[in-house]
Amino acid sequence: MQSRALIFDHSRTGRSASAQHPHDVKADVPSHLQRKRRPALPEVSELQAVRHYTRLSQLNFSIDTHFYPLGSCTMKYNPRASNQFAMLPEFLGRHPLGPASVGQGFLACMYELQEMLKEVTGMKGVSLTPMAGAQGEFAGVAMIRAYHRARGDLARTEIIVPDAAHGTNPATATMCGCTVVEIPSLPDGDIDLEALKQAVGPKTAGIMLTNPSTLGVFERRIQEVARIVHEAGGLLYYDGANLNAILGKVRPGDMGFDVIHMNLHKTFSTPHGGGGPGSGAVGVNQRLLPFMPIPVVGRDGDRYRWLDERDLPQTIGRLSAFMGNAGVLLRAYVYMRMLGRAGMQRVAEFSALNANYLLARLKQAGFDAAYPGRRASHEFIITLKRQARDLNVTAMDFAKRLLDYGFHAPTTYFPLLVPECLLIEPTETEAKEDLDAFVEAMIAIQREAEQDAPKVKGAPYTLPVRRLDDVRAAKQLDLTYQSAAERGPS
Amino acid sequence: MPFIPHTQDDVAAMLAAIGASSIDDLFEEIPAALRTKSLAGIPEALSEMEVGRLMQSRARQDGRPLNFIGAGAYEHHIPAAVWAIVTRGEFYSAYTPYQAEASQGTLQLLYEYQTMMASLTGMQVSNASLYDGASALAEACLMAVRAHRKSKSARILVPATLNPTYLQVSRAITEGQNLAFDVLPYEPKLGTTQQSGLTAYTGQDITAVVIQQPNFFGQLEDVDAITDWAHANNALVIAVVNPLSLAIYKPPGEWGAKGVDIVVGDGQPLGVPLSSGGPYFGFMTTRMEYVRQMPGRIIGRTVDLDGKQGFTLTLQAREQHIRRSKATSNICTNQGLLVTAATIHMSLLGAVGLEQVAASCQHQTRKLVEALTKVRGVTLAFNGPRFHEAVLQLDRKVDDVLEQLAARGIVGGFDLSRRYPELGNALLVCATEMRSDEDIERYATTLAEVMK
Repeated sequence: MQSRALIFDHSRTGRSASAQHPHDVKADVPSHLQRKRRPALPEVSELQAVRHYTRLSQLNFSIDTHFYPLGSCTMKYNPRASNQFAMLPEFLGRHPLGPASVGQGFLACMYELQEMLKEVTGMKGVSLTPMAGAQGEFAGVAMIRAYHRARGDLARTEIIVPDAAHGTNPATATMCGCTVVEIPSLPDGDIDLEALKQAVGPKTAGIMLTNPSTLGVFERRIQEVARIVHEAGGLLYYDGANLNAILGKVRPGDMGFDVIHMNLHKTFSTPHGGGGPGSGAVGVNQRLLPFMPIPVVGRDGDRYRWLDERDLPQTIGRLSAFMGNAGVLLRAYVYMRMLGRAGMQRVAEFSALNANYLLARLKQAGFDAAYPGRRASHEFIITLKRQARDLNVTAMDFAKRLLDYGFHAPTTYFPLLVPECLLIEPTETEAKEDLDAFVEAMIAIQREAEQDAPKVKGAPYTLPVRRLDDVRAAKQLDLTYQSAAERGPS
Repeated sequence: MPFIPHTQDDVAAMLAAIGASSIDDLFEEIPAALRTKSLAGIPEALSEMEVGRLMQSRARQDGRPLNFIGAGAYEHHIPAAVWAIVTRGEFYSAYTPYQAEASQGTLQLLYEYQTMMASLTGMQVSNASLYDGASALAEACLMAVRAHRKSKSARILVPATLNPTYLQVSRAITEGQNLAFDVLPYEPKLGTTQQSGLTAYTGQDITAVVIQQPNFFGQLEDVDAITDWAHANNALVIAVVNPLSLAIYKPPGEWGAKGVDIVVGDGQPLGVPLSSGGPYFGFMTTRMEYVRQMPGRIIGRTVDLDGKQGFTLTLQAREQHIRRSKATSNICTNQGLLVTAATIHMSLLGAVGLEQVAASCQHQTRKLVEALTKVRGVTLAFNGPRFHEAVLQLDRKVDDVLEQLAARGIVGGFDLSRRYPELGNALLVCATEMRSDEDIERYATTLAEVMK
């Protein structure tokens, strides 16, 4: 097997980056608790490690290097200033359990972040502690459960989820001990209200909704949805995955939602970091205030302090060892201060402009919109059903070929109910000429598909690897490297 | 317009292509009554320079006090190279590696990470991270319930010497799933789990036993005996460990006769700054037989169409985006960037470097305990071996002492008196390799002044 070196391949017994070692002292460990054999960590020089990981980084696509129109993920520019100011030595060096008297600067940022998030979402309280969107969802559903239980309404254990929802929604409901009731979407992308009316009842704890939905369209009858669910005694949960589409234009609180989570790593531009960290701050209306996850930053006069279970005795509890992803929160705070009031509204405006422009151009080029009669929100869906049927070239093939053209692929095969779909989200930070270049690439791939389908199906060709054998990966599990010595005689 | 590249000409051309007369038209599907009127509570925009000034002043307000708290987050030296590479845009601004061909850098790094963590903990497989140590324990408890099909009780035994926040978090996260947590008492003189507390459960249906090593007090538990008791009683064992400590202490995969079943902990000591509590990362390793019960992402090595080595997300049928309501967890985004830091950190330190850091922490803590217990009114709570934390008992209220120390630029430790009232005025202190002999001397002198 031809292979790129692993860090372990650079390892030689006795080599080390010794500038990183403190003075040599001997550990004092009772023999029955001692480690007898050293862990198989690489033995490399500092330069070898730096070069290895720098080279690995260069194998990635990223926002800083490529247009990354990954639908539902809001891959917009992550301002460098957010990183720099969150990494000031005082913030980095602060211990989370230090007294509030030596954390007033940090706490002031957190308090103001809570206040700004309340304002842009129309909610009454915000807790910053959930560490990612899925944990925010967990907090939201747990609060809904706690609310019903506090009222003695113990039968409410069903969570309604539209069929287009993110997988985290049903997974979260299960994790909270609820059962999931799925309702269909109509051909125009809106929720089937008749099905919703059938689904609600005395067992309904609540509904989880993304608006605009994962179908890339705004749920126009949201007030009607809210009325139906509230009249049945349920609460409304807003999944903030698509908040970028409506920032400053319409607030979840005004739409009738009782609880929301926000993905600060999407809407408020903190980095995705190759899979995290995120931050899933939650917002609640008046009736869920007592149940918020702790800690929350409170203010007494001009002093800030953490509120805990003594202040919020009905809290659903703690979700992290300390207070969530503090450094991510600082980055979101810096971003919001740089956007300001007007900038916040421009997020929705220009993300919608970019999405609708890209949709118009792709339609004009002959691609099929999944919801042709609808405005795009900040994202939209192209279906390649026709290409798959006539040319045997699928959405996955287009996605892989786009990589050769220097574009990260859009989200593929999600939402599951649109066949051969590409969910495309350009975000507001992309320039028109980059959108135009993407359209040209799509047109070129369409032409290739018509003239030389195997070429598209064999893509990518220019990346560090070609298409990978996922079946082999799952069947012949190779999850850790073993040196020849560890593998033993073959 | 901050971060928006559009010129007026662009906007006009784009609206023309769309067939809309204004940007506002694009929002016509939102009912008019719902449209936001103003965002009066949001301040006007600041320039980067102005935000910088604000953040600098906030940071200055917090200062840089001398820190002696551990309690789950530890101040270590981080090689300069670590964050210089971590913050490269190619790592920093990439997404979850769904498009494997365009994410080989992140994927290979995660595979290397899995290898390092498996070896460090003495287990066979690792996932690619969870949120933090506390939520990783919650996930481990849920995983134990899934993995241990013969146990019907969903009863988990946890020592009172477990980080109390970890128990709080585990309770909160598993609340809807009917797990029962029973707390095991500790030896008042030793600060380690009482064997008799454990044997009281002999013969009962226990799903899992949790062991924290070193425990929350910094003391070392008799991990072999607890592991063997648990296995003899058909319970799984979940280890909660400080990964740095494993450079010198026996890895959980070798505890007792058979080794533990699941290992979790917070990866923060491996290259992640304290940063007010996060982002850190949770790690989890286990036996190969339980890999399909693991939550979170897992990376596998495979080959491409040309037979060339490549890396990809694998066993995705466990995950929420495939399995939805039947997934092993709802986790999606994890803590990838922090794992990037830890992987580079472990490569730079190596086994010998980590061993020296761990030894140095233990050494400085011994000096700290010696210096502080010379102060009148300060005594050591527990005998027995410890790593890099210790419980001290004071002759007066801890929070008053801590406030006075803070006013003198010293963050003196974690006040245990609320969590462990039976210990009286108890203070948990920590010295890592970052605390010099002069730092320790300064703390002792200042404490003596405060406790005069």
